Amino acid sequence: MLNLKPNIADPDGFYETLINAQRDLTDDAVDRMNAKLILILSNHIGDNDVLAEAITLAAGEARE
Amino acid sequence: MLKTYEFPEFDYICSAEQRDGRVRRHPVVIVGGGPIGLTAALDCARRGIPAVLLDDNNTVSVGSRAVCYAKRPLEIWDRLGCGEKLVAKGVSWQVGKVFFGDDLAYSFNLLPEADHHMPAMINLQQYYLEEELVALCEASDLVDLRWKHKVVGLEQTDDRAVLKVETPDGVFAMEADWVIACDGARSDMRGMVGADFAGKVFEDRFLIADVVMKADFPTERWFWFDPPFHRGQSVLLHKQSDNVWRIDFQLGRDADPEDAKKPENVLPRLKAMLGEDTEFELEWVSVYQFACRRMEKFRHGRVLFAGDAAHQVSPFGARGANTGVQDIDNLTWKLKLVLDGLAPESLIDSYEDERIFAADENLLASARSTDFITPKNRMSRVFRDAVLDLAKTHDFARPLVNSGRLSTPTPYCNSPLNTPDEDDFRGAMVPGTNCADAPVNKDGKDDWFLRALGEGFSIVVFGDVPHGKTIAVGEIEAPVIEVSTDIVDEKGVLTERYDGAKGAVYLIRPDQYVAGRWRTFDPDRIAAALARATGQRH
Ligand SMILES: Cc1cc2nc3c(=O)[nH]c(=O)nc-3n(C[C@H](O)[C@H](O)[C@H](O)COP(=O)(O)OP(=O)(O)OC[C@H]3O[C@@H](n4cnc5c(N)ncnc54)[C@H](O)[C@@H]3O)c2cc1C
Repeated sequence: MLNLKPNIADPDGFYETLINAQRDLTDDAVDRMNAKLILILSNHIGDNDVLAEAITLAAGEARE
Repeated sequence: MLKTYEFPEFDYICSAEQRDGRVRRHPVVIVGGGPIGLTAALDCARRGIPAVLLDDNNTVSVGSRAVCYAKRPLEIWDRLGCGEKLVAKGVSWQVGKVFFGDDLAYSFNLLPEADHHMPAMINLQQYYLEEELVALCEASDLVDLRWKHKVVGLEQTDDRAVLKVETPDGVFAMEADWVIACDGARSDMRGMVGADFAGKVFEDRFLIADVVMKADFPTERWFWFDPPFHRGQSVLLHKQSDNVWRIDFQLGRDADPEDAKKPENVLPRLKAMLGEDTEFELEWVSVYQFACRRMEKFRHGRVLFAGDAAHQVSPFGARGANTGVQDIDNLTWKLKLVLDGLAPESLIDSYEDERIFAADENLLASARSTDFITPKNRMSRVFRDAVLDLAKTHDFARPLVNSGRLSTPTPYCNSPLNTPDEDDFRGAMVPGTNCADAPVNKDGKDDWFLRALGEGFSIVVFGDVPHGKTIAVGEIEAPVIEVSTDIVDEKGVLTERYDGAKGAVYLIRPDQYVAGRWRTFDPDRIAAALARATGQRH
C-alpha cells in the first residue's frame, strides 16, 4: 500500500537537498537526474503494486 | 547466390489427384512450407495423421530471417527427430555485452541451468533449419510435401474445407477435414476467411545485414545503444553458423529503405562498426519494418491458423518461429484425437484458448523490448538512457535493460484442460506448465525425461504403482511410467524439479504439459483429469 501520510522526518531538509541538487542544472540535465532518481527510488521500493499506485496517482495529478 | 549457402531447388511434381481430376478428401492439409508448416507436417506424421503440405515456392527461406531458437522448440524438434542435429549445426553463445555510447555498459554470462538435454538457445540461419525439416518430411511416408502449389481459393462447409490450388499444371480442388494455415505474415488464407490482422506497426526501420567474417570474432552477443558509429540508434551483432554474423541496424523512422540497402551506404556503416581493418563480405541485406499483431480468432471453421499467419511479433526476443512451433505442438495431438473420434470437436477450441494466451504474452514481451530499444518520445528516451547509464555501475539497473528477452514456453495457467492442484506441491510444475526436462537412466543407459515420455498421454509415478499399468477413458489410454522401474532418477534432478516425493503422480499431455498431479495414485481422479484434458468433461 502506498503511504500517503507524511513520512519524512525532516521535510524542509529533504526539500532543500532536492532543490539544491538541481539548482545549477540545465533542463536536460534535470530530466536526466530526475529519471535516475525515479529509477533508484523505484528499485528501493521494489513492490510493483505500490509503484503502479504511485505512477497512477502522479499521472492523474499531472493531468489536472 | 550466397557465399556460404546454395539454395536448394525442390522438384515440382504433378499430383495424381490433379492429373486424374478426381477430388480427394484428406484428413489434414497444411498451407505453407515455412518452419511452422514443416513442423506441422512432421508432427502430424509422428502422431499418425497423413498430411499434405502445400507451398507456393520450391526452396527454403530466402534472406535474413530467424536466427535464434530457444529450448522449447528445440525439444519439440528433438521429439520430431532433428533436435540434436540442429544443435550440432548451430552456434551456442553465453556471453552478452551491452554497450552504451562509447563504453561497455556491462557484460553478462547466461549460465544456463544445467541438466537439460537441449541448450537454452542456439543461433542458426533459418534456411538450415528448414532444410533439416524438409529432409525429415521427405523421409516420412505420411508427409506428402508438394512444391509450387499455391492455395488461391477456399470454401467451407460444416465438415470440410475445399481448397483451390494453383500449380504449373493449372488449378485443381482438394478437400480437407482440417486445414492448418501456416502461410506466413502476409497470409492469403487470412484474407480468404475475411479476418483482420490488428495490432501495432512500429515506425522505425531496421537494416538487417548478414556478413561473412574473415577473422575470428568472439562468439558473443553484442548490443549497442547509441554507439559512436551509429549515433542515436541501436545495433545488434550476433553469430550464426559458417562464420556468418547477423547485424541489425536501427535506421529510425524516416530512412529510405531502398537507399539504405545500397552497398555504398551499407559498407561504410559496417566498416565504422567492425573497424577499417576487419575483413568481411556482405552476404545479404534487407530493410524491415516490424509489427506486433494477431488474429482475433485462430480457428475459422475448419481452418486453423498457426505461426506468423496467426500472430506476428517484432524479432526482439526471437519469438516468431519459436512460438509458432509451439502452436503446432499444442494443436496436433488434439487434431489426432478429434480425427479419430475419441474427443469432441470442442477440444480444438482449446487450441485457440491456450495459444492466444501464449501469443498475447509474446506480443507483450516483444512490444516491451521494442519500446525500450526505440523510445517513442523524449522522456522515454531520457529514462532509457538513465537505465543504461546506471547499469554501468549499479547491478540493480541491469535487469531493466531490455534488448530482447529469451523466449520461454507460456504456462496455460487458466486452461480448462488443467485439473487444478488439490494436494500440496512445491516447485514450478503446476498444472498448465510445460514439463522441465531432467537426466534419467533408462534400460541401463543415460537418457532424458522428455524422451522417455510417450507419444500420447503419460502418467508418471514416483515410486511404483500397486495395480494396473494404464488408465483409460474410453479408448484414450495413458500408460504409467514408473520412476523406479521404467526410468531411474540417479541424479535426483527429476525428483527435485517435480517435487516428486514417493507416491507423487503426474498426468502429462502429449505436448509435454502437466495436466494434473496428486500425492497418491487414485485411478478415479486421474481418469477424471484425463477426461478433462481431452475436452470430455469440465
Ligand atoms: C529479421 C528477422 C529476424 C527474425 N529472427 C527470429 C529469431 O531469431 N527467432 C525466431 O523464432 N523467429 C525469428 N523471426 C521470425 C521468423 O522468421 C518467422 O516467425 C517464421 O519464419 C514464421 O514461420 P511461418 O512458417 O509461420 O511463416 P513463413 O516462414 O513466412 O512461411 C510461410 C510459407 O508459406 C508459403 N505461402 C504463402 N502463401 C501461400 C499460399 N497461398 N499457398 C501456399 N503457400 C504459401 C510461403 O512461400 C512460405 O514458404 C525473424 C524474422 C525476421 C524478419
